Amino acid sequence: MKRVQFSSRWLPYAFLAPQMAIIFVFFYWPSAQAVQSSLYLEDPFGFGSTFVGLDNYADILSSREYLGIAKFTLVFTVLVTGLSLGLGLLLAVKADAVLRGAHAYKTLLIWVYAVAPPVAGLIGMMFFDQHIGPLVRLAGVFGWDMKVGLDYTDTAVAMITVSVWKQIPYNFIFFLSGLQSLPASVREAAFIDCRSGARRFATVTLPLLAPTAFFLLIMNMTYALFETFGVIDVIVKDKAANNPITLVYKVYMDGFRGNDLGGSSAQSVILMLIVFVLTIFQFRFIERRVHYG
Amino acid sequence: MNRLRILDHVILLIGVFVMLAPVVLAFTTSSHDATTIHTQGLQFGWGGHFAETYEEVLTKKGGFTGEITGARMVLNSLILGIGFAVGKIVLSMMAAYAIVYFRFRLGTLFFWMIFTTLLLPLEVRILPSYAVMTQLGLTNTYTGLIVPLLASATGTFFFRQYFRAVPEEILEAARIDGAGAWKFFIDILVPLSRPMMAAIFIIMFVYGWNQYLWPTLITTDESLFTLVRGIKQILLVWIGSQIPDYNQAFALAILAMLPPVLVVIVFQRWFIKGLTESDK
Repeated sequence: MKRVQFSSRWLPYAFLAPQMAIIFVFFYWPSAQAVQSSLYLEDPFGFGSTFVGLDNYADILSSREYLGIAKFTLVFTVLVTGLSLGLGLLLAVKADAVLRGAHAYKTLLIWVYAVAPPVAGLIGMMFFDQHIGPLVRLAGVFGWDMKVGLDYTDTAVAMITVSVWKQIPYNFIFFLSGLQSLPASVREAAFIDCRSGARRFATVTLPLLAPTAFFLLIMNMTYALFETFGVIDVIVKDKAANNPITLVYKVYMDGFRGNDLGGSSAQSVILMLIVFVLTIFQFRFIERRVHYG
Repeated sequence: MNRLRILDHVILLIGVFVMLAPVVLAFTTSSHDATTIHTQGLQFGWGGHFAETYEEVLTKKGGFTGEITGARMVLNSLILGIGFAVGKIVLSMMAAYAIVYFRFRLGTLFFWMIFTTLLLPLEVRILPSYAVMTQLGLTNTYTGLIVPLLASATGTFFFRQYFRAVPEEILEAARIDGAGAWKFFIDILVPLSRPMMAAIFIIMFVYGWNQYLWPTLITTDESLFTLVRGIKQILLVWIGSQIPDYNQAFALAILAMLPPVLVVIVFQRWFIKGLTESDK
């Protein structure tokens, strides 16, 4: 808040009106509808709906299919988050360490950020293609007969590979700018005190990077949960039958392919709760960091 | 020490290779014809069919159902990317201005209402959002494509942070000179925010251009397809045919990534600044 402020009866409302209108129509209204329709059972032929309370939730949470998808989503999220964070950090540390060519490496490593997930998925599909895919041939050399799109595990491997590839630049950018904003005096002091690079990294650099890493952890989880939709959709191509899918994809399949409005809405609400918890977690942490900062 | 440096470079070069090779390979392969790719796999070398493939993709009606050209999809993508970025900047600057520079009764309530939108990405409320769009008759329109994506507060928060860091003296001086709220906003605050507007524009353009799920739902009319939206259709056609048009699929993928990639490379410094400062 500013010390000096304008006071006008209507101007602030006028400035806020467009944003509030859009948020109301496209955020609050749909969110409320999601909660509402999750409590109803929609007639598949469009003859009204019946109030069923929490039945939709009970159905979902007792469905083995849903729980299987939830389990895959968890594994997928952990692997995508862990691998892309790890590789992003590795490359950032190296790009920070070299003197020559640091800028060129930076440019070359960040621009995949701008590739859309489904486009990454398309390129990935070519690389995992049965006829022309070099990665399938490579796997064949090791006696692994990859059948992406047919075999559950192979499809999961392709999805994870493409999702990680797409996310590395994002983590790289944040880790690198985190590393470069570490005070030079701290680094020099650490250098004098400790000769071992690995130990210096573990005891000085890493703790100082913790806030960045935590922020990235949340961002990567959100990425793996939601933004990978494009990758998954391009790889699965509406044929979810034997293929691994994530929870968001299930919401989409049930809502738009299966016309199960109530079930899909209840799933949306469950996802909302997951994101809600993640975000609260994040804000609490950021508050603490600001306090220290 | 020296050997360590070499190891660093080796790791970085492997990283660069892994990040670049797929895209470079997709590009070189797109310059060959479909039969070559089908029989001989991905191509490292440069084929002689670059111009014709890209011309065909950009101008020939068809590919999917004979309705839309690649050029039209490029145009739609630009409309979405630029429309989204501009809309986001205008809306969020105005809202942030009201929140930071005015004292009014419902200020805190509005602030929290905007704040809440950060909690739920569009992906978790797609079905009800789609239902609302149908009720409003906005499916298959540019408005329906762009406006719902604006319903999140990322930009507002960024400008709020930025405005709060603007020195108080500027406002005091402006008021002594007799500037009103509107004049202060247009003549002082907007010009002052130019670098930040540029950074936000780059991030939002890339974000808008790359949208997939929402355009997939809201546009079924092919004349409104964006490049990224059209990707799945490419694949669906591609699976069905005898000799898949790998070359055209790659060409469209390259076209779909070219503008955002160029923007990121050319405006790299602003992009990184915008990204690392706005997402916090």
